[in-house]
Amino acid sequence: MLKRLGSMGLPLVVLVLIFAVGPYTVFNNPATLFEMMAFLALAQGINVLYGFTGYLPFGYVGFFGAGAYGASVVVLKLHFPILLAILAGGVIAVLISVILLPMLRLSGAYFAIGSLAAAEIVYNVVANPNLQSVTNGPYGINLAPVFNATLSYWLMLVLVLVAVTFVIWLRHSSFGFSLLALRDDPVSAGMAGVNIVRTRTLAWLASAFIAGLAGAIYAWHISVFYPGTMFDLNISIFAIVFTLFGGRATVWGPIIGTVVLYGLYNWIGFSTPQYFQLVYGLLIVGLVLFLPNGVMSLIGRRRKSRHAERKGAVMNV
Amino acid sequence: MSESVLDVRQVVKKFGGFRALDGVSLSIRPGEILALVGPNGSGKTTCINVVSGLYPADEGEVLFQGQRINGLSMSSLARLGINRTFQIPKPFKALTVEENVDVALRNIHPATPLVDDPLAFVGMDHVRDRMASTLNSGQQKLLDLARALAGAPKLLLVDELAAGMNPAELRQLAGKLRELASRGVALLVVEHLMGFVNQLAERVIVMNAGREIFEGSLAAAAKDATVVEVYLGG
Ligand SMILES: Nc1ncnc2c1ncn2[C@@H]1O[C@H](COP(=O)(O)OP(=O)(O)O)[C@@H](O)[C@H]1O
Ligand SMILES: [Mg+2]
Repeated sequence: MLKRLGSMGLPLVVLVLIFAVGPYTVFNNPATLFEMMAFLALAQGINVLYGFTGYLPFGYVGFFGAGAYGASVVVLKLHFPILLAILAGGVIAVLISVILLPMLRLSGAYFAIGSLAAAEIVYNVVANPNLQSVTNGPYGINLAPVFNATLSYWLMLVLVLVAVTFVIWLRHSSFGFSLLALRDDPVSAGMAGVNIVRTRTLAWLASAFIAGLAGAIYAWHISVFYPGTMFDLNISIFAIVFTLFGGRATVWGPIIGTVVLYGLYNWIGFSTPQYFQLVYGLLIVGLVLFLPNGVMSLIGRRRKSRHAERKGAVMNV
Repeated sequence: MSESVLDVRQVVKKFGGFRALDGVSLSIRPGEILALVGPNGSGKTTCINVVSGLYPADEGEVLFQGQRINGLSMSSLARLGINRTFQIPKPFKALTVEENVDVALRNIHPATPLVDDPLAFVGMDHVRDRMASTLNSGQQKLLDLARALAGAPKLLLVDELAAGMNPAELRQLAGKLRELASRGVALLVVEHLMGFVNQLAERVIVMNAGREIFEGSLAAAAKDATVVEVYLGG
């Protein structure tokens, strides 16, 4: 039991080592570490939705942007304390996801495209010059009065740890198994008593909440931004690729995917940008062709075949 | 007349203009095994799909323990005590065999279990920890059955479970299904293999083109002119 808790908690320990101890020791680059944490949170949010329900949200960044703008407006116009405003950012993303609930009736590519369109709509509302009095439209936001680089860094770490803990819970709870059952086969999941609508809805709201909080904390950290910064489609794409690379529906997958690929992106992307797109493109093609369940499936496959051998030996007796 | 578990009354199910069920009525008492037979495409699976809530009936009524259940979701019906297997088995492939059964146990929460250990009951004790995706199709069908039993159904709908089994396995399966009936479960068994039906059911309903063409014993069905015509005349 203790051993099991230990192995369940290992991802949290590793993350604390990288992001809490790291800045004071080997990687003295808080800006990169912060961005990596934001992607870790988003990748786990994608994991909750895509990994556990099979819905691939290309427009996921819409929740991120909604959280960023939601928190900012609440701070600047309503003068909420910053922590409360960040919570409000998460709640606003959840409210938008409630409005978008009918989208869960779409499947496959239709959902992916629908979510993209929805994110575009939220972006256009936020960037609309007519809303300048609320969102400052296309002219951007300045959170200088509440800026705090250190606290926002730690808060992002807290969010990452909470998101990872949530996924660990999903991997071990009835609710998580119900989601996986639903992803595999909605008809037999229904017959196994899984409340299809409620279960899917909760996963959808949870993943929106994670993205909303991530956006709000991100906004606090960078403090000056424009609609295009927060609704940049590349944010969705990156988080999706990181999750796919590491392996969906696992705890480690999005962590490994983000640390490796975002690390690679920083290393190749900044030192030799001309190679970056090539390497990244090849990686994605190779991934989709040869490793659809990500790096974690290599480890999983080995474990499974060992397991099968043991079973086989027993059955032959 | 004893209270029946299932009453299907004049049910019609249309796909576009095509009437897959064209006014079907049947009832099953607790502990009874009713066999539903008929040529391919006669509406047997559709009948199970309507009773289990996968498709709504376009006309007619479905009563479970006297209560109208038209329009209820599959998960509500599962919790009420209706469960089923699938003609093409539908395991949760990303889960282990045991986890497959656990999903039903934990979501349906039956007040009293029907069998202590559904996997042991269907003879799948030795593959508990296997991934469901690695099972062969016969094992996947038994897994469907185990998962259905985990929900402690009072009405169990079984769709062509016996296909592909050898005679020894068939006898064993027939024994298991009779045991369930002896515990009070009402069974609707859709089956092609008449030898298997013969081991199970006192009463059969023969369907053709969405309608019942015969109801009675299997022996009587074999002598019925209409039934013989449908099976032999094509
Ligand atoms: N989902 C569906 N959509 C359209 N037609 C269907 C569907 N399900 C069944 N049918 C049609 O209804 C008829 C009865 O099918 P089915 O109940 O599966 O037959 P059986 O189980 O007796 O072989 C068939 O003609 C079949 O093609
Ligand atoms: Mg059929």
